[in-house]
Amino acid sequence: MGLKLDREARSGLLLVGPTAIYAALMLAAPLFMIVTFSFWTQNYLDIDRTLTLANYRTAWSEPIYRVLMVRSLVISLIVTAVTVLLAFPIAYFLSFHVTRRKPLWLFLITVPFWTSYLIRVFLWKVILGFNGVLNTALLDLGLIDAPLTFILYNTNAVVLTLAHAWAAFAILPIFVALEKIDRSLLEAAEDLGDGPLRRFLRITLPLAMPGVVGATLIVLIPTMGDFITPRLVGGTEGMMIANMIQVQFGRANNAPLGAALAVSAMLVVGVVSLVIYLAGRKFGGRVR
Amino acid sequence: MAAGTGNSIIEIAGVTRDFGSFQALKGISADIREGEFFSLLGPSGCGKTTLLRLIAGFDEPTSGTIAIDGRPMADIPANRRPTNMVFQSYAIFPHLDVAENVGYGLKTRRMPRAQIAAEVEKALEMVDLADYGRRAAHELSGGQRQRVALARALVMRPKVVLLDEPLSALDKKLREQMQVELRELQQSIGITFILVTHDQEEALIMSDRIAVMFEGRIAQLASPEELYRHPRTKRVASFIGVMNFLPATFVSRDAAGVTVDVTALGRVTIPPALVPAPLDSATIDTVGVRPEMFTILSDRVEPAERATPGTVTGNSYYGDMTYYTVQLDGGAAPITISMRNTAGRSVLPSGSRVSVGWGAESIVLFE
Ligand SMILES: Nc1ncnc2c1ncn2[C@@H]1O[C@H](COP(=O)(O)OP(=O)(O)O)[C@@H](O)[C@H]1O
Ligand SMILES: [Mg+2]
Repeated sequence: MGLKLDREARSGLLLVGPTAIYAALMLAAPLFMIVTFSFWTQNYLDIDRTLTLANYRTAWSEPIYRVLMVRSLVISLIVTAVTVLLAFPIAYFLSFHVTRRKPLWLFLITVPFWTSYLIRVFLWKVILGFNGVLNTALLDLGLIDAPLTFILYNTNAVVLTLAHAWAAFAILPIFVALEKIDRSLLEAAEDLGDGPLRRFLRITLPLAMPGVVGATLIVLIPTMGDFITPRLVGGTEGMMIANMIQVQFGRANNAPLGAALAVSAMLVVGVVSLVIYLAGRKFGGRVR
Repeated sequence: MAAGTGNSIIEIAGVTRDFGSFQALKGISADIREGEFFSLLGPSGCGKTTLLRLIAGFDEPTSGTIAIDGRPMADIPANRRPTNMVFQSYAIFPHLDVAENVGYGLKTRRMPRAQIAAEVEKALEMVDLADYGRRAAHELSGGQRQRVALARALVMRPKVVLLDEPLSALDKKLREQMQVELRELQQSIGITFILVTHDQEEALIMSDRIAVMFEGRIAQLASPEELYRHPRTKRVASFIGVMNFLPATFVSRDAAGVTVDVTALGRVTIPPALVPAPLDSATIDTVGVRPEMFTILSDRVEPAERATPGTVTGNSYYGDMTYYTVQLDGGAAPITISMRNTAGRSVLPSGSRVSVGWGAESIVLFE
């Protein structure tokens, strides 16, 4: 061994080098700062740098933060469940029943994502609003007498908007997992006596599990930290922990508490993700 | 060689299968007997897999019928047919271990857990994989995967086991070993096997009967010996083993047999027992002779009905055998002759003048 690196190692380092530096500057450094901040204290004008757990005590004991944390987790779990449950049949249809023009279909699925996230959220506002597309249409059709109010500025609107926003990101990993399933495995299961439902439960679903878990995590993790959607369509009832973090860093001028909340949210989502990952592994069996 | 009770287990009648405008099977009829080792042999693309999938129930014939054990299979899906398949890719479930793979179908049948374990163990022993039950699928070698696939089919006690080129992914040595093992296993359990293969040697070694297929039709259905000794057409003859084709013209046909003039060999009368029944004498233009039916006569006196002079133009030494190419005097193309290498017989160099012995019985007439 020694200090001299062989050629392969050197060219490898050269390749990952820029990315590694970028990741260190843009991801690791801010993360480190956030974690550090969370152990400091905000005084009126300056910051007390003695290490303390006080922020965490506040974050985990004050009802307002607890409520927001639980609500965020529940909303993101609902969004994830809705998104993945809707994405699965679409991915399944694409993989098993579309025989021609598969790339075209995949392409079409990504079309809504050509516009920015913000614009899409605004569009939902236009659709769901008091004088929005949906209410106007229903009123004009005479199906309702007064505009529906339960569709905007609450949790329902947040769930709907986020589920739509993340649809493609859930469809694609599930589609890839389904595409990878060797079709002769399904024939073998049929040959051994299984009807369509048992085949699906014993072969397709376990083998698609890596894709389902991937989709679940891809949707869950960013949803938990989303603040644009709850802010725009959630009203007060739909407010989530990320909105509170934003407030702490901004108007409330308590960056250390904001940092503690952020780290706490990260821990919660990390633990939940790990549980989901392990559950998927167990159900998917020894897939390799 | 004879096996089976003689009763039909599968009756295939006038089966066709169209894929759009392409007809993959053009009218297949065959009876497969209970307990026999039956092979579908033919070049790639001739429709073997298509026919096997029709029997298994993964696909429906465009016309014609298939009956298994006396029951028409038209409306019976694959999961309710008394057949089990060993797939070409083996189709081992990657998320299950060996025992779970083998017990897969028994679980569907709601067999009690303890009984499944016992059956699986027995099946694994049968294929020499005892103690492999807890291995993960990806830890198996190609030969072991093949055995697991076989055990998974056998444990179901099907009426018929279907095997689609089960040995083609194995290396030569293992393949030859598995050919013998598979054959012995089939004979000891007495279940009907239908093997799809493009390897004529494999079909000859393993089968009780072989259906040779070309382009969606069965060209000949016969025992390996019959197929080798009396191929009905030139195409079958050249597909099975090596065959010398010699130009010939028809002379006469009478009680003594069929008389033909064969280039280089001369006039010869083939006895009636060796004349194929539906012979159209007007179309005879070629006869066949297997390489081992010729002998190169040495100085020592060896009995030969007839002898024709020629010159050795090449030799290939195989250890136990030597293959010669010999240009017969007055012959068109050189012929191939195989000779067993016995003690005291050395390989003849190119250019040697030889006398080639043969008999009327070694001449094959084609329909
Ligand atoms: N599902 C299908 N669609 C169209 N053509 C097919 C299909 N399955 C088989 N074929 C065609 O039928 C012919 C026979 O195929 P196959 O039975 O697989 O041959 P093999 O004798 O090599 O097993 C081939 O020309 C193949 O291209
Ligand atoms: Mg095939």
